[in-house]
Amino acid sequence: MVMSLEAKYEEFWRQSIKQLNDVVKATGGLPIAPPDEKGQYSLWYDVRELRLRYSISVERIKKFFEGLREGKVYATKCRRCGRYYFPPPQADCPYCKASDMDWVEISGDGELLTYTIINTKPLTYSHYPDYIVAIARMREGFNVLAWLRVDDPKKVRVGMKVRLQVVKREPEGYLTYEFVPAEQ
Amino acid sequence: MRGGVAIVGGVGHAKFGRRTDATLGELAWEAVKEALEDARLDQKDIQYFVVGNAGGWSAESLPAVIVGEYCGLNPRGGAMRVEAACASGSAALYNAYLAVASGMADIAMAIGVEKMYESPTPTVVEFIGRAGNYFWEFENFGLTFPGYYALYMTAYMNRFGATEEDFCKVAVKNHYYGSMNPKAQFYGLRITVDQCLKSRYVAWPIKLYDSSPITDGAAAVILASEELARKITDTPVWIRSVGVATGTANLSKRPDFIGLDAAYQAAEQAFKRVGIEHRDTWKYFDVADVHDCFTIAEVMAYEDLGFVERGMGIQLVRSEQTYKGGLIPVNLDGGLKAKGHPIGGLRALVWLLR
Ligand SMILES: [Zn+2]
Repeated sequence: MVMSLEAKYEEFWRQSIKQLNDVVKATGGLPIAPPDEKGQYSLWYDVRELRLRYSISVERIKKFFEGLREGKVYATKCRRCGRYYFPPPQADCPYCKASDMDWVEISGDGELLTYTIINTKPLTYSHYPDYIVAIARMREGFNVLAWLRVDDPKKVRVGMKVRLQVVKREPEGYLTYEFVPAEQ
Repeated sequence: MRGGVAIVGGVGHAKFGRRTDATLGELAWEAVKEALEDARLDQKDIQYFVVGNAGGWSAESLPAVIVGEYCGLNPRGGAMRVEAACASGSAALYNAYLAVASGMADIAMAIGVEKMYESPTPTVVEFIGRAGNYFWEFENFGLTFPGYYALYMTAYMNRFGATEEDFCKVAVKNHYYGSMNPKAQFYGLRITVDQCLKSRYVAWPIKLYDSSPITDGAAAVILASEELARKITDTPVWIRSVGVATGTANLSKRPDFIGLDAAYQAAEQAFKRVGIEHRDTWKYFDVADVHDCFTIAEVMAYEDLGFVERGMGIQLVRSEQTYKGGLIPVNLDGGLKAKGHPIGGLRALVWLLR
């Protein structure tokens, strides 16, 4: 079962604050952990905590996110040179030095180029079960990277046909895209 | 050689590993002091210095000025940090090389330093995972650093019939040499293919023993112009050629996953400058230090650098031709794999032309 992000995250931060408080109390006022039996040296536990959450600009590619709500994954295509842009669906074509783009829905048919299973996860992914990250070559000729959803990871093969689809990522409940086997 | 640039003996190297005994400044100083002593130079002789550091996981967010102050190098140089992910140390070396080659400085120092153990492992995994295109490949898909290279390993295995066992042999070799390097994180620690095969997956098919460790470390080198180099030392190591190139941030934009085009392009530039053809290049070198953050990276480097044809790198491993005495000995210092991989740290890449 997937533990919520909040619970996992809060627990991680709570532990580090507890560690700080414990050591300050134990040392009579120094946030310094003594050396341990594993060869760890004396360490100052940082009194200041920095949590980061960025606000990322999406104004010029809003159409992409509107597309997700309609179940579509959009790329951009330069009206002058015909180049596809994804990801990101660029608002500008640096080669034509122009911003004259069409929004085109990605066909969704792809062939698996490679994949991996992420076993050791980043902190902010620690609440998900191990996940497959795959790259597929789409019919249009460009590649897409996304999670591949399968029942049995052992059945995944380079070269297998996959389909790109819009899904809700749980437990956060936000819209994104992922691959599923085409024959499913 | 007109306008030549040499490493003038001045090479300093802090012990790599879990260096929780030293701050960022103290760690850098270990390397800087050794480099100065090695070249018999003083801080006042260093006209320019540059610091390679990726950072994020360590408390000092603008480390160049910290290092300059601690090591008594300020105010000379600009106390600038250069970042090129895992090539930050090489970027510092390249930057110092440009300073000397352009005539802006007669003597310059490149420093690489990283303190990764200031953050817990999941946070470090998070930081390196964000090193590609954050919004399009991390925010939604949580790729990790081993994950990036695992995408290459899967494709390479599929295309050329290489096995997980083959790649473990790279780890065994690098541990073998690292075990003899007192500055290495895994000094004294050899491993077997079996141990490697039984280690847990971190990003299938990459296992723990295919991976370089989290490392604190520092290194420094001093470069000098041709005229001064000969005065400083009788044995300058000339930098004959350098090349740099860049791949895409989004992995999905790469045309294939069996080699690193940026490494190929950088090698092409470096070879062209000295008139070497980019094939069978093993015959021009006595030894090579290549990027082996993961075992697959070392094998791809054999091919990108043109030691052998694409797909033949794994044969070099099978026939043990990258050990000492082989066709082209590689990473005799233990590599990132066994010596340690402080992301912005510096390994003096000294290619000795035959
Ligand atoms: Zn265009």
